Amino acid sequence: MGISGACRDLTILSVTPAGPVGGQYGCYYLEFDNPGLAPAVAGQFVMVRPACFGSDPVWPRPFSICRLTPDRLTLFVQACGRGTDVLCRLVPGDRVTVWGPLGQGFCLEPDTPTVMLAGGVGIAPFVEYAATHPAQHNLALVFGHRQPLSCYPFSELSQVVARAEAFEEKTPDDLPNFIELLEKTVAEYAGGLIVACGPRPFLLTVARLARRFGARAQVSLENRMACGVGGCLGCVEKNALGQYVQTCTEGPVFWVEELSLSEDA
Amino acid sequence: MSADTSVRLPGMHAKNPVMTASGTFGYGMEFAPYGDLRGLGGIVVKGLSLRPRTGNPMPRIAETPCGMLNAIGLQNCGVEVFLHDKLPRLPFAETPIVANLYACDAEEFAELAGVLSAAEGVAALEVNISCPNVKAGGIAFGQDPAMAGKLTEAVKKRAGDKPVWVKLSPNVTDIVGVARAAVLGGADVLTCINTLTGMSVDIRSRKPRLANVIGGLSGPAIKPVALRCVWQVCQAVSAPVIGVGGISSAEDVLEFILVGAHAVQIGTANFMRPDMAFRIAERLPALMDELGIKNLDDYRGTLAAG
Repeated sequence: MGISGACRDLTILSVTPAGPVGGQYGCYYLEFDNPGLAPAVAGQFVMVRPACFGSDPVWPRPFSICRLTPDRLTLFVQACGRGTDVLCRLVPGDRVTVWGPLGQGFCLEPDTPTVMLAGGVGIAPFVEYAATHPAQHNLALVFGHRQPLSCYPFSELSQVVARAEAFEEKTPDDLPNFIELLEKTVAEYAGGLIVACGPRPFLLTVARLARRFGARAQVSLENRMACGVGGCLGCVEKNALGQYVQTCTEGPVFWVEELSLSEDA
Repeated sequence: MSADTSVRLPGMHAKNPVMTASGTFGYGMEFAPYGDLRGLGGIVVKGLSLRPRTGNPMPRIAETPCGMLNAIGLQNCGVEVFLHDKLPRLPFAETPIVANLYACDAEEFAELAGVLSAAEGVAALEVNISCPNVKAGGIAFGQDPAMAGKLTEAVKKRAGDKPVWVKLSPNVTDIVGVARAAVLGGADVLTCINTLTGMSVDIRSRKPRLANVIGGLSGPAIKPVALRCVWQVCQAVSAPVIGVGGISSAEDVLEFILVGAHAVQIGTANFMRPDMAFRIAERLPALMDELGIKNLDDYRGTLAAG
């Protein structure tokens, strides 16, 4: 799966708070018209830059594809910085430059019991993953979150997969219990497939557990990117051989044994 | 009748002045899905060294107001991989491909120039004496006029018939002094400017935003500095100058031509949208028509006295 598609100026159709309280927590669905992005594999991403960025911020922002159909591109965005704040304040009709789908997506094995491990906004690509999976009865979801559950597309996913479990981390004291849940899950799926997306500490935990239990696991990294197409070498990650690999073109989804994940970046 | 955007540079004819800057356009093919590479005036590829380089630790990039910092550290595949795997895929017969080269000392620079001078498809050699992100060589070469001249001379001797471009650093007291030394050393073209050194810190983590602490600032934030440097250098030397620094529109291109540049390179703007250089090249003739500019030679360096 290489780079496909091209750079297109899309129109925002809607910016909708996710669930009844999504707006309070900065969680939104952004919907765009889709006049011709190439089909995506779940886990691939797009680069997004609204016309109103002008010269500042300079960079586009990368987002995993939450849902892509021939008519619509949907992104799940949490306003948490200069770029995402602007994006979540867009209104229907605003023009946004989008390029993608980019990078490598998640592996999809219809006959393999598969668990999706999601942390926070890392749940976004699993909407596409579950929607395009031909054997949803083989899918499970374990979701860790800090904002109210209704801020996330959890119920949308729990309706289609065979099993879904959510864990709310209310205080830092809850973290060991969540790690325990992850440990139990990774052990259970050691003979199956584990796909994970979320903040770096979450992915580090998943990678550590996968190694411990000898599980087959893929993680989707959220590294900072400038171009998204392999031009700048800014988003690199160290592979198992200690060489830098490009997250935008060789990832963002990697098998955990390919990487030597560290706290950096 | 559309305006004539063509540009003549030593040993090279470019269909338009819109080139891409080293380090911002990969090895070229990364951007092929976003436009026709043959529509560009030239492509300057990622800086090459004799052997592959790993580059600096991450994080390597940070966003700043109207710009960005990078400390990539010249990660590259090495000259042999470039010549065998990358260059043959580029439309070098139609678009000049410029090899940007980096080495740790003058001998290694000369050796690299020797390898590249024999390569069919390389239109010119751009000598990077101004990278702020490497310990050995890099910016130190570009801050000392005598060293810059000596290095240019060493490269020129091994460059055969390939034109030698020297990319200058703005991180100097007197860029004109370095420019003059490079021309005396045999530089055919000067590229102005490389990035400005800068840094960014996080008050919460109390850490620098780059693992390397210091990086190179680029983007629209540096355009006034680049324009000033190009203007000063154009006043002082007769060698053609290629302007680079914060250019993100056809209007910006004409600003640099107006102060004396022969051509320009698009850098950080390639990250703002991957078809940026193609769009600027396409827009330029219409803008020239709007302004009644028939060709760039007549417009170049016609800045009215202040």
